[in-house]
Amino acid sequence: MATIPADQDIATVAETETPEAVVVRFAGDSGDGMQLTGGQFTLSTALAGNDLSTFPDFPAEIRAPQGTLFGVSAFQINFGSSEITTAGDAPDVLVAMNPAALKTNVQALKPGGLIIADTGEFNKRNMEKAKYEASPFEDGSLAKWEVMAFDISALTLEAVKPFGLGNKEALRCKNMWTLGLALWMFDRDRQPLIDWLNGKFAKNPVLAQANIAALNAGHAYGETAEVAGPLKKLHLDPVPSAPGLYRTVTGAEAISLGLVAGAQLADLPMFFGGYPITPASAILHNLVRMKEFGVTTFQAEDEIAAICSAIGASYAGQLGVTSSSGPGIALKGEAMGLAIMTELPLVIVNSQRGGPSTGLPTKTEQSDLYQAVYGRNGDAPMPVIATRSPSDAFECAIEAVRIATEYMTPVMLLTDGYIANASEPWKVPDPATFTPFPKTFLEETNNAEGRVLPFKRDDKGVRPWIKPGTPGLMHRIGGIEKALDSGNIDYSPAVHQSQTDARMAKVDGVAASIPAQEVTLGEASGKLAVVGWGSTYGPIHQAVRRARRKGLDVHHIHVRHIWPLPANLGELLASYENVLVPEMNTGQFKTVLRDQFLVDAVPLNKVSGQPFAIAEIEAAIAKFFDSVPGNEGGEVLVNEGQLPSPEAHND
Amino acid sequence: MNDMTPIQTTLKDWETDQEVRWCPGCGDYAILKAVQRTLPVIGAHPANTVFVSGIGCSSRFPYYVESYGFHTIHGRAPAFATGIKLANPDLDVWIVTGDGDGMSIGGNHTMHVLRRNLDCQILLFNNEIYGLTKGQYSPTSRPGTTSPTTPLGSYDRPASPCAFALGSGARFIARAFDVSKELSNTLIAAHAHKGAAFVEIFQNCIVYNKDRFDDFTTKGTDDKQLWCKHGEPLLFGNAKTGSIKGLALDLDTLSLKVVDVIDGDWQAAGVAVHNVRNRGMAHMLVEMPFGPFPMALGVIYDDPAPTFEGSVALERQQATAGKTADLGKLLSKGQTWTVEPEAAHGLMD
Repeated sequence: MATIPADQDIATVAETETPEAVVVRFAGDSGDGMQLTGGQFTLSTALAGNDLSTFPDFPAEIRAPQGTLFGVSAFQINFGSSEITTAGDAPDVLVAMNPAALKTNVQALKPGGLIIADTGEFNKRNMEKAKYEASPFEDGSLAKWEVMAFDISALTLEAVKPFGLGNKEALRCKNMWTLGLALWMFDRDRQPLIDWLNGKFAKNPVLAQANIAALNAGHAYGETAEVAGPLKKLHLDPVPSAPGLYRTVTGAEAISLGLVAGAQLADLPMFFGGYPITPASAILHNLVRMKEFGVTTFQAEDEIAAICSAIGASYAGQLGVTSSSGPGIALKGEAMGLAIMTELPLVIVNSQRGGPSTGLPTKTEQSDLYQAVYGRNGDAPMPVIATRSPSDAFECAIEAVRIATEYMTPVMLLTDGYIANASEPWKVPDPATFTPFPKTFLEETNNAEGRVLPFKRDDKGVRPWIKPGTPGLMHRIGGIEKALDSGNIDYSPAVHQSQTDARMAKVDGVAASIPAQEVTLGEASGKLAVVGWGSTYGPIHQAVRRARRKGLDVHHIHVRHIWPLPANLGELLASYENVLVPEMNTGQFKTVLRDQFLVDAVPLNKVSGQPFAIAEIEAAIAKFFDSVPGNEGGEVLVNEGQLPSPEAHND
Repeated sequence: MNDMTPIQTTLKDWETDQEVRWCPGCGDYAILKAVQRTLPVIGAHPANTVFVSGIGCSSRFPYYVESYGFHTIHGRAPAFATGIKLANPDLDVWIVTGDGDGMSIGGNHTMHVLRRNLDCQILLFNNEIYGLTKGQYSPTSRPGTTSPTTPLGSYDRPASPCAFALGSGARFIARAFDVSKELSNTLIAAHAHKGAAFVEIFQNCIVYNKDRFDDFTTKGTDDKQLWCKHGEPLLFGNAKTGSIKGLALDLDTLSLKVVDVIDGDWQAAGVAVHNVRNRGMAHMLVEMPFGPFPMALGVIYDDPAPTFEGSVALERQQATAGKTADLGKLLSKGQTWTVEPEAAHGLMD
């Protein structure tokens, strides 16, 4: 998203002959390597200079039974020659590697879109598993789409024949054959992929050669088939981007990198305590490999131990970090209270997923906002930041570290499953441009009588950080209410009142250190502001852009600092006649805005485990301009055609 | 890193200005004094010493020791201690917990800190009752314990902290009781052990579970105490009356048996010699039922193994050898491409 903003709509294949963007969806069995195919296609797309956004969509089961509807794994990519901010509403091209993949994904395909299917997998048994009574290629059910159905399995076997692989191994090359075809369709260079295959199978050159042969065969097939079928070669121009060095990044990668950068800027070693949970584990996986940056990672026995060990490390003078998803965050609640009470820095990353309880582990939702802002016992204020995209996650992680150390407080960084797994091009920042915020420790006593006062606050209400091991500064801290300055146990009425006020004032004061809220797209006043937070950035941005092209007085405001809110936000919102808040929950940020600013924020809610489609937000915007009173906001109806399909039964 | 040279301190140096708030007569007072007496003996440095506790009567302990202290949340002290020790392995970390804190709500963390073998001392004050919450039965309460939650007597079987610790993979197990003269020596041995040292301390809760351990802790019950000493025979009994007994291995049942020692000839009676590295013997000593058998006390098991923080440091050393912390390089890892200023598109690896 580091592209030059172009205030223009994105036209897609179905709309014009020379599209600016195309949405391709690869779908197959869990074992077909669809995520890998998608990942490599993403890389080649980035290398071709297109902007892009991806949406991996995979089942919760690791190896679901082969060929079943719930075992379908899919990867969607939206790419093009202008700025891309969402994974796309509906695919233009669907690659279906088996009947189940076709069944679960085809309804989402745009009318007139292209289906590429492997007929080699459409045998009786697989069609029964996918609940097809007759072959969809013969019963007319695919009439509104273009169909390219051919035996990819046989073509792959033929291509890899010279390498003498077993049937099973040979068929594993199918995804490379398909990828070769896709690369041909979009005029992509095969060389980076060939290099990658040679590297990946360095220890088994035969497999490398077989995969490359499959890739080349798929590519060659495209050239030959061009004349006859509906396959067309499309070339999408590179997007006009700001000059610089680029790479692709997922949200989980960007958060890991941002945490490391933040710790370096704070001049602190970092301790990361984590416990495996979907979709947060990737952050732990990444950080484990960054030890040279002073990172210690610890896979704890449970979520509670993960956060407690991080707080222990913070107490001992490192930057403590922990990460989880909703259910794990719930378990960490008590420890967060202790970090608030003992005023120790800590970053808590929440990769949100659908809830409550186990909910939808692999699907996305923004429903942990109340939990983040309010979800602890007692008056327990804590700063909350939300990231809007994979590349934005980098800056947000640095910001979380800054606030945590500058204000001696735990900070929650909200991301979600969609951001964590999605990738997009990222303009690699130059570390020389970062502003350091080195943290210092108290080394000497801090009162006239030579005593140490661990809870003596500075003018921002922040206490000193004292490392155990520092001579002469021995002191005790804990979760019991404490006297001013000395921190000795004291829960007398006046003390509790005063310390509660002090903790709240400190966190409220964070607002003074954050940038004023800007209008993301549009002007600082008008008829309608669409206010979002987190991963709804893409669809809101595109919807507002389209509405503005139609001449509607609509503006997009995207909030990063959820708590405390930017100091000017209340005044800014008051300058619009209407405020619409689209969220993937039942209206949580809407409630916060109403409470904080007495603003008549209108909710637009979607809780189907699916991201907003641009069209859904566009439709909601239109209701403010249709002269029909009282029809604004509300719930977005479940879109049966949108992916992931309800038939996928993903849990 | 911190100056670890042992320094000279006195008991007074380890007292804080805080008023101790345990009930008069509580066994915790004796344990506190024993710890404060022990710290000068081992050359501990107040600035390098950290006491970490959870919640409960025992967990107020850090407030009364003039060192660094962290009174955390219920049952989680081992997790905090793990973070502290990994962040700064030079710190001397003591965990103070109880039978509710360490065996019930925090049982999981007790297990894992022992399994990982973090270098620390774990003092579990076992009074077989919940004190701070006003007398409910605990996971170590004996069957039949009446309490506000078991007015007709408890019926669930108690856990044995030392057996639990051994089962979790602990490399040091010791037992003592609050008013014992041997407590300090036991703590010295625990501190000398490099790795997680688990010490169960029987502690008299004067209010809710008074005199529960009188059978082996009061005057005249010496003959019920078996103080384990490495390399010495497992003897107990009354020296004054000459009634000396010992523990021997019954080879038919592969279990311990009590034998009489005549005229001091323990070899003839087949009494076993204590070996702190014998894990099988340790299991038998902590599991033998009190009554027919004496209470095994002192250092029951002591067989060091690599520590967790040592392994973490070693792995770090190996993983970072020859690597520099170049943030710019890290950020631009993987396949990259360059967009030239004139927006021409370039491709590079």
